[in-house]
Amino acid sequence: MTPRRRQKLLIILGALALAGVAVGLTLYALRSNINLFFSPVQIAQGDAPIERTIRAGGMVKEGSVARDPQSLNVEFRITDYVDELAVAYNGILPDLFREGQGVVVVGKLAADGQFMADKVLARHDENYMPPEVAQALEEAGYSPADYQAKAAEVGERLRSQDK
Amino acid sequence: MLVKMIPELGHFALIIALPMAVVQTLMPLAGAATRRPLWMAYGHPMAVGQFLFIALAYLCLTASYALDDFSVANVANNSNSMLPWYYKLSAVWGNHEGSVLLWSLMLAGWGYAASRFSKSLPRDMLARVQGIMGFISVGFLLFILLTSNPFTRLLPNVPQDGADLNPLLQDIGLIVHPPMLYMGYVGFSVVFAFAIAALLGGRLDAAWTRWARPWTNLAWAFLTVGIALGSWWAYYELGWGGWWFWDPVENASLLPWLTGTALIHSLAVTEKRGSFKSWTVLLAIFTFSLSLMGTFLVRSGVLTSVHAFANDPSRGLFILVLLAITVTLSLGVFALRAPRVSHHASFSWLSRDALLLINNILLVIMTVTILLGTLYPLILDSLGLGKISVGPPYFNALFVPLTVIMCIFMGLGPVARWKRMASGELVGKLWLAGGAALALGVVLPLLYRGEWNLWASLGIVTALWIVLPLVRDVFDKTRHGATRLGGLGKLSLAYWGMVLGHLGIAVTIVGVAVVSNYAVERTVRMAPGASVDVAGYEFTLQELVSRRGANFLADTAVLEVAHTDSGRRFTLRPEKRFYLATGMPMTQVALRPGLFRDLYVAMGEDLDDGSWAMRIQYKPFVRWLWLGGLLMALGGVLAVIDKRYRRTPKASRTAPQEVTS
Repeated sequence: MTPRRRQKLLIILGALALAGVAVGLTLYALRSNINLFFSPVQIAQGDAPIERTIRAGGMVKEGSVARDPQSLNVEFRITDYVDELAVAYNGILPDLFREGQGVVVVGKLAADGQFMADKVLARHDENYMPPEVAQALEEAGYSPADYQAKAAEVGERLRSQDK
Repeated sequence: MLVKMIPELGHFALIIALPMAVVQTLMPLAGAATRRPLWMAYGHPMAVGQFLFIALAYLCLTASYALDDFSVANVANNSNSMLPWYYKLSAVWGNHEGSVLLWSLMLAGWGYAASRFSKSLPRDMLARVQGIMGFISVGFLLFILLTSNPFTRLLPNVPQDGADLNPLLQDIGLIVHPPMLYMGYVGFSVVFAFAIAALLGGRLDAAWTRWARPWTNLAWAFLTVGIALGSWWAYYELGWGGWWFWDPVENASLLPWLTGTALIHSLAVTEKRGSFKSWTVLLAIFTFSLSLMGTFLVRSGVLTSVHAFANDPSRGLFILVLLAITVTLSLGVFALRAPRVSHHASFSWLSRDALLLINNILLVIMTVTILLGTLYPLILDSLGLGKISVGPPYFNALFVPLTVIMCIFMGLGPVARWKRMASGELVGKLWLAGGAALALGVVLPLLYRGEWNLWASLGIVTALWIVLPLVRDVFDKTRHGATRLGGLGKLSLAYWGMVLGHLGIAVTIVGVAVVSNYAVERTVRMAPGASVDVAGYEFTLQELVSRRGANFLADTAVLEVAHTDSGRRFTLRPEKRFYLATGMPMTQVALRPGLFRDLYVAMGEDLDDGSWAMRIQYKPFVRWLWLGGLLMALGGVLAVIDKRYRRTPKASRTAPQEVTS
């Protein structure tokens, strides 16, 4: 081999080795870090895995938010107006968190059916219902438009109470 | 009367700018192809005219905001009569339509500057550059006029007052972050235009790289500052003290930065050694395409975040088509023309050429992994395969090791020679620096906290491994001067630019390593009179007060903070604000910044019994993150003003670097 060819070969081999490492790391990292989304109706049907990080979403149910008076523990229920999911969280809820508003929670589903949230994300959305939830309802055979309207109605009522 | 017509005037100015951009695209390109100087001469006046008319349109929109003209839908949706004047002026780009107009204005500005300061270019080259800048401009002007007109009126039912600017955006960050970021994004259009022009003309020599380099460095410097400002803004605005979230929108700005960094280094090889030409051109195409993709992601509404203003699918489709056209056309030109400009220069495996090649490969791998993590959920979603999200652990697991590997080569690069180098010489130059970096990296965390931390040590070793060889290099380079100080002055600005750029990376790495490993966060429940101790500071909630701001009501917590060791005392006043027009609550963080630590207090929620949830954080070295970014950008600017780039063939009055002043 001429030196030039040898150099080319080395470059190609080096690039391939690096690309191989990168692909390996990527696949490994992707496998353990993909968070699937579930709505209460899917969780009630038993579709969601237990003790794995997932995302769940829905509307915060009216009157369900209960703060522990001594600590920062809080429990609330999220609903898609078909099924409900009990959520436990410790910490500060986001500014836009309110009953009747859409939220997405990230955390693990315990064996007893309670959702242990590590993160709560509030959605400020004029549609009131996060699009993922609407889609999950549709897939479960419900008409999302009906529930969307219901969510909007509850949202409107809670908002007018605020003012 | 004329005042009432300001929005129509702006709209009209935009409509006039469009045919100018069309002429700027067609005439110079056709002229360059058929060698007609008269046709080519259309380029400059059209670039000037287009810039002036878009600037006029931009001023008209700004005037509508300043004058509270709520008959303009854009103003009514994003402003309010109570909004302070500086937010009214920056609210112009705090929404979809206005930000695209700002984008176009900057594009026309860069196009004008490229045209104005490149008089020494061969005429056909300049014509092609102007034509390509015009082409991009046509795309964006059509986008504004067809899908995102900022001057749409709300007639006849004019609202009494505006809906107000999103409270998250009512901050100094809105004033500085978007313009800087956009200058960076759009600035890469110039090197893109140079690259395509070089392909079309078949001319890609050292002179070409000397023209392209200052523009690339300048755009890169702007983008660096833009990203750093965005991180700084998110840190204090979002109320939980994070400085990088691997949010798709952040990734969208990091992607062109990574390929832009690769491009800067590849251009250096192309200028000095004449190799890597095709690769340089390809990187220029990728960098601008990724800038466009960033715009698509942010502006199309496929992502939900503070950046995604609009949810109009036609807009997303338009940018996607524009992106597809740009990428297809430029890669097509590349495929047809690249072989004509390729050139091979051999180099040994141990040389600066080879190290820069590795740097480029690593940066491209980083880009690809981040691109994959960002687009994967979008692709799955559009194929109907489920809604997933890719979390920060994925990005950290890939980005951190790749960065460390790259930094190992970064220590070698600046001291290595071009073409070939004896391994003994490299070892001789570096053994001391390497040993010192290892020793200090192990000892410093011990001294700092009294306990050893693998990750902090790794970060410090990496940073020192970048800095110490540079110090050694500066030392060696000044050895032969009469005095050391005189020797420092003799080093070129471009060299200092490189030193500062690398130093900036090291500073940022120290910041990341320390703040990620030693930050303390406490979330507590506090009633007036309660105290809590965080990292050697005692925080006491003294009282809760209410106040009224310009357009909000606020609950303010007054906390007295005492440093346990020194006894120094000061007061922090975090707020929970309620914005009247939108009815949105907002957390206003209280910060005590410092070069070596930040204290960070955010109010959580009112817990009914008179106490509040509070998030108190101790953030050591967090300022270094952004300080490093500023150093990198400063390095980029120094490299631009190096006088090497002023020694153009005719050495006349103009120089590219004057754009900055």
